[in-house]
Amino acid sequence: MANVFAFVETRGADVRKVGLEAVTAARQIADKFNSEVHALLLGPPGIAAKAAQLGQHGADVVIVVEHAALGNYNPEVATATAADRIKSGGYRVAVFSTSAQGRDLAPRVAARVGASVVTDVLTVDAEGDSIVVRHPMNIGKVIATIAIDGSPAVIAMRPNVIAPAQNARAGRVENAQPAIDPASARVKVIETKQGGGGKLDLAEAPVVIAGGRGLKAAENFKLVEDLASAFGNAAVGATRAVTDDGWRPHADQIGQTGRLVSPELYIAVGISGAVQHLAGMRTSKTIVAINKDKDAPIFKVADYGIVGDVFEVVPALTEAVREARKHH
Amino acid sequence: MKIAVCVKRVPDMDVRFRIATDNVSVDEAGLKFDINDFDAWAVEAALQLRDKNAGSEVTVISLGPDVVQETIRKALSMGVDRGIQLKTDKVPFDGLAIAKTLSEELKAGSYDLIFFGKMSPDTSNGVVGPMTAELLGLPCVTAISSLEIADGKGTAKRELEGAQEIVEFPLPAVLTVDEGLNTARLPSLKGIMAAKKKPLEVKPAQIPAPQLTVRKLELPSERKAGRVVGEGAAAVPELVKLLQTEAKVL
Ligand SMILES: Cc1cc2nc3c(=O)[nH]c(=O)nc-3n(C[C@H](O)[C@H](O)[C@H](O)COP(=O)(O)OP(=O)(O)OC[C@H]3O[C@@H](n4cnc5c(N)ncnc54)[C@H](O)[C@@H]3O)c2cc1C
Ligand SMILES: Nc1ncnc2c1ncn2[C@@H]1O[C@H](COP(=O)(O)O)[C@@H](O)[C@H]1O
Repeated sequence: MANVFAFVETRGADVRKVGLEAVTAARQIADKFNSEVHALLLGPPGIAAKAAQLGQHGADVVIVVEHAALGNYNPEVATATAADRIKSGGYRVAVFSTSAQGRDLAPRVAARVGASVVTDVLTVDAEGDSIVVRHPMNIGKVIATIAIDGSPAVIAMRPNVIAPAQNARAGRVENAQPAIDPASARVKVIETKQGGGGKLDLAEAPVVIAGGRGLKAAENFKLVEDLASAFGNAAVGATRAVTDDGWRPHADQIGQTGRLVSPELYIAVGISGAVQHLAGMRTSKTIVAINKDKDAPIFKVADYGIVGDVFEVVPALTEAVREARKHH
Repeated sequence: MKIAVCVKRVPDMDVRFRIATDNVSVDEAGLKFDINDFDAWAVEAALQLRDKNAGSEVTVISLGPDVVQETIRKALSMGVDRGIQLKTDKVPFDGLAIAKTLSEELKAGSYDLIFFGKMSPDTSNGVVGPMTAELLGLPCVTAISSLEIADGKGTAKRELEGAQEIVEFPLPAVLTVDEGLNTARLPSLKGIMAAKKKPLEVKPAQIPAPQLTVRKLELPSERKAGRVVGEGAAAVPELVKLLQTEAKVL
């Protein structure tokens, strides 16, 4: 049977949106083969409570691995556990996410099971004996259609290209142990600095508000944060000009050498729109730009632009968004 | 310390690419090539470690046709001690096939540290480093933005979504380099002269059969031209209306 494996990313005791997307993508593939989706859910004690949610999204089987040391991503444990299961399960396709975590995990697991891997997958289909995916190359300036022969086909979906969908299956729970003792991992995390607790991840946030050098100083990012909180479902990003100056951490950088985002709505605040920045956000569904220079290149990709001073426009927009959301 | 850095020759991305007539490759006419930025930062990190640890040596390895010798020479002119070209006519789009080929060479070198770039912009895949680490059975930290090595162990910072992790790892290890680790030095004139005399070994590469086949390349559809809604704060109500009724994102 050509069953499909899905790796479900968790954060603390929660399933991440990309995890539901992975299960949804796996369901779509399994439906073509009339086969089952087996989802691997790795997390701290209590994570089993999320198995039902995965069943609703199309998992026939949920393999639950609970361990006190799995509140945070542990690459060696996740790799060993996923690889063992993929090998013993004989899956046709293994689906991961192209988050920071998935970028680390998918290639490791693929190498362990002797498979190649395509990351940042936009679409996936089954054609004859091949799994066929689309993958952006050359920082998104070229789109490749790639056939994966050999089994399993290991793919990592780009976040936000498949909306999590309900498609209920049994979600039969199987309990399992981590394939290696977490204490035996060779790479040890000695410190974790959370960047603003509870903040949404850039890669999966439906709305991204990004600030550039037009904001003039680190403290003015408050304007961007206020706009983000008015939306309620927004993450804050930045340009390299800003991360280079230390106004924001590098993890917030969007672009060729930073993160890749593809939200429903992207608002560029005081950003010129250099190609290297566009590489990280041009596939956003709707782009808004606020810039005082009417000739700034960002306006070429923006669906809606406002020519104006960010210090005047952004507070007004924040107010208006707050007002609009009140009426929902 | 024996340090290896895997480096790749990549085209400058600041252009409009054309698809070649075979439909499965990019037309290289007129493209400018150089070492991948992430790999240049990896070379810089390796050189800094070598200079702090007497008796160390840095080797760069590149898999590809003879043109990759330019990329190797660039690294040599930055100060790298020696280069190895794993010679092949064509490198397939297949991270595993590349990782297998590189790992055979790396195995033979018994390196203490092996550096990769986080990603090469042409494949935009970012997999060869961690895949090679797995094949070699070595500990691996991806996307590092700080690094210290002391007493046979390393400490690195990696940035995850919304968090920074400081990790500790034993040597030998594989590291992939993110932006922010350092600023790569430019080759000096003296370095360029010296590079000409440094050893560059050419070895035939045996690339295993790829599992991936590029069937087609296409240019993405252009975004349709947007519009300027208006000027200043006065344009905000109109923008909000459009976000609600047209884009339906609010
Ligand atoms: C190899 C390489 C990789 C790179 N990778 C990345 C990357 O990953 N991500 C990235 O972002 N960049 C990257 N860059 C850098 C990129 O080329 C640009 O330098 C950078 O994106 C510019 O950032 P910015 O738009 O914030 O600043 P600027 O280009 O300085 O733009 C500031 C904008 O703010 C506007 N402005 C100023 N004041 C106001 C005001 N009061 N109100 C409204 N608007 C105002 C100005 O008109 C201007 O358009 C890379 C560069 C290279 C060479
Ligand atoms: N042909 C190659 N020769 C040497 N190193 C390579 C090659 N291809 C990829 N790499 C290394 O692997 C990294 C990631 O490449 P990729 O997985 O293609 O994004 C690069 O930054 C290089 O360090």
